[in-house]
Amino acid sequence: MTALERSRPSAPRTPLTWARGGGLSTLVFLLPLLFVFGIFSWKPIVEALVMSLQKTNLVTPATFVGLDNFAKVLSDPQLGTAVLNTGWFALLALVFGYPIPLVAAVLMSEVRRGRGLFSALAYLPVVVPPVVAVLLWKFFYDASPTGVFNTILGWAGIPPQPWLQTAATAMPSLVLEATWAAAGGTVIIYLAALTSVAPDLYDAAEIDGAGIWHKIWHVTLPQLRGVLLVTLILQVLGTAQVFLEPFLFTGGGPAGSTMTILLLIYKYAFQNSLGGDYGAATALSVLLAIVLALLSLLYLRATKRWSTE
Amino acid sequence: MRAAGPRPFTHRKAQTMKSPRRATALAVVGLASVGLLSACAPAGDSGKTKLTVASLIPGTEQAAFDAFDARVAEFEKANPDIDVEGVEYEWTAETFTTQLAGGTLPDVYRIPLTDAKTLIANGQLADITAEVQALPYYDKFNPSVFEAVQGDGGKIYGIPREAYGMGLEYNRALFEEAGLDPDQPPTTWDEVREYAKTIAEKTGQAGYMQMTQGNTGGWQLTAATVARGGRMEEQDGDSWTVTADNDATREALQFLKDLRWTDNSMGSNFLFDWGGINQAFAAGQIGMYTGGSDLFTSLTRENNLDPDAYGLAAIPITEDPDAAVMGGGTLNVVNVKASDAVKAAAVKWIDFYDVSKLVDEDAAVADAKILADSDQAVGTPSLPIFDQATLDTSRGWIADYINVPQDQVAFFAEGNQGRTIVGEPPAHTQELYAALDVVVQAVLTDQNADIDALLAKVNTDVQALIDAD
Repeated sequence: MTALERSRPSAPRTPLTWARGGGLSTLVFLLPLLFVFGIFSWKPIVEALVMSLQKTNLVTPATFVGLDNFAKVLSDPQLGTAVLNTGWFALLALVFGYPIPLVAAVLMSEVRRGRGLFSALAYLPVVVPPVVAVLLWKFFYDASPTGVFNTILGWAGIPPQPWLQTAATAMPSLVLEATWAAAGGTVIIYLAALTSVAPDLYDAAEIDGAGIWHKIWHVTLPQLRGVLLVTLILQVLGTAQVFLEPFLFTGGGPAGSTMTILLLIYKYAFQNSLGGDYGAATALSVLLAIVLALLSLLYLRATKRWSTE
Repeated sequence: MRAAGPRPFTHRKAQTMKSPRRATALAVVGLASVGLLSACAPAGDSGKTKLTVASLIPGTEQAAFDAFDARVAEFEKANPDIDVEGVEYEWTAETFTTQLAGGTLPDVYRIPLTDAKTLIANGQLADITAEVQALPYYDKFNPSVFEAVQGDGGKIYGIPREAYGMGLEYNRALFEEAGLDPDQPPTTWDEVREYAKTIAEKTGQAGYMQMTQGNTGGWQLTAATVARGGRMEEQDGDSWTVTADNDATREALQFLKDLRWTDNSMGSNFLFDWGGINQAFAAGQIGMYTGGSDLFTSLTRENNLDPDAYGLAAIPITEDPDAAVMGGGTLNVVNVKASDAVKAAAVKWIDFYDVSKLVDEDAAVADAKILADSDQAVGTPSLPIFDQATLDTSRGWIADYINVPQDQVAFFAEGNQGRTIVGEPPAHTQELYAALDVVVQAVLTDQNADIDALLAKVNTDVQALIDAD
């Protein structure tokens, strides 16, 4: 504030003027939002931060233990396994799960008739409640020769696969289901983005003699760049927090091969019936949140240049 | 900071808007707050003590709930000042922790015998000493079972509900299909292996399987260890040492390895928790598995098992002098937040619903009649929470109502005569079981699993937890 401004004669700003100025109604309209966010988002975050420094079973009074929980979590031999498994899931999901919706969306946008039907079909798995979908797939993944998938493979002369029942095949099986379940949502986003690509660009490319691949490579993909970058970081954040699939399909097995970071957090908190280690669970959650926040920041910095926005 | 100058247009408009709209908005907010406040006020007091009690496992068939409701009605008739509300309840390590921490457990609920000591020490169970001491049979409980519910100074925190021994569950229909005599269940582990191989070859189903998930893999491996004379934990003064790398455990794992990789008699699916293996067994996909002797109730009620297909034999034990049957049990306990009135009502309910039927003929008959009328299991093999004579007498009272095919489960009692019952390892039980889950899963899914290294890791990891106490 400059001296000139300060010297300007003006009524002093009091609560009364603030209220007269409409501050009260602003506050009244803001209150529900503040209340909801405060109670359901910010309070738990602050409480988690506090709890990560405590030893508590949530029944008897908590005691502060400094950074002990963090030390414990970081020295747990399971953490390495969980990080590697989560990375493996994220990589597989990226390799298989990321391109599939894009390809599907581009193909669907080329279809002249029945596009609505295709989008509905693609989106259908998203509508199925995730737990139901996993239980259904668990049934499909029956490793006996009479299992659903193994029967289908048998028609093609392929021997029965162990699916969830060996360390090597369990994770790819989880990724397969996760991709099936999530692809529909991303397809819809891409389809929406594709409609915003100006048709003139395709016409121009056509006049220049571009075929379909050239049109996709030189027009579609560059035009979708912004959306692609956002869905990529969303996918990385999502897969780093994978929980549902390993929890319901395998419980982290066989022999720890699908133990992910979130599942480890869950086990800290709930594996022992006598009151879990909530301090360790929140400590690992806080660490994961920090890592993901840093990752997002780096990613946004690195991709700012390429973004269309 | 904005100096107090001309206010933005919108604000000025708001200021002049001494309008009904603003008044309405404020009134709505005000009313909402009143509504919230009134929602917090206690409900009308009818003068009755309201008691929430654990009823049955979620998913139980309606007839069982009807039987439960009939018992509740009977109880409320005898105790008009108590209003009982049943809450579906299934003890699993994970859901129990959540309910305990969230404070959502009913007033009366059930816990495994092994958990009581720690919950008492943590101040998480209600002290019901006075109420229990008023029960006529309070000093007649089996001392080794009753010890579990006692805290410092002889205070009492629970009431034993039932005790079971580990048995060998088998599917008589699969036995017959494989050309085996269902009235000649295996009595040694070698026979179990032989039978499993035959079942797998003849029927294409898993001949033998064991639980592997959600801490039950460790639980059953411990039972298999005890049956071979080993122990997972040994006491030395006040401290406990984890001894997972004992010879009996190795033998039990080698047994699984032989069945899985040499005989291929364990089917193709290896991830089973308690509910999962019961379901697969009831569906005829598993020939034999080890489990509690009281499983029949659950198998018929939740998994629709054909009673004719059920067989229960004693778990095979080896010649080792320490070889024994691992047992377990459940306790009824009362929520630590219960008031004195609720505690009194709770003990009355526990006495009525679970215990009096073991010591009082009228109560026994009333309970058995309701269960039998609604097609629920009566006469499931169990171990005594008082003494064997009391159990036998109570069985005599309800002989007319017993509907569990006794000739199909008699092998359990016959085979267990003269055997020692051993409790579960007490130190960090659930974490020990969780660590052993990994070992069992590794042996069943990886032909080259290094049993020695896996067990050594369990020793180190769980011992670290015990030492940290």
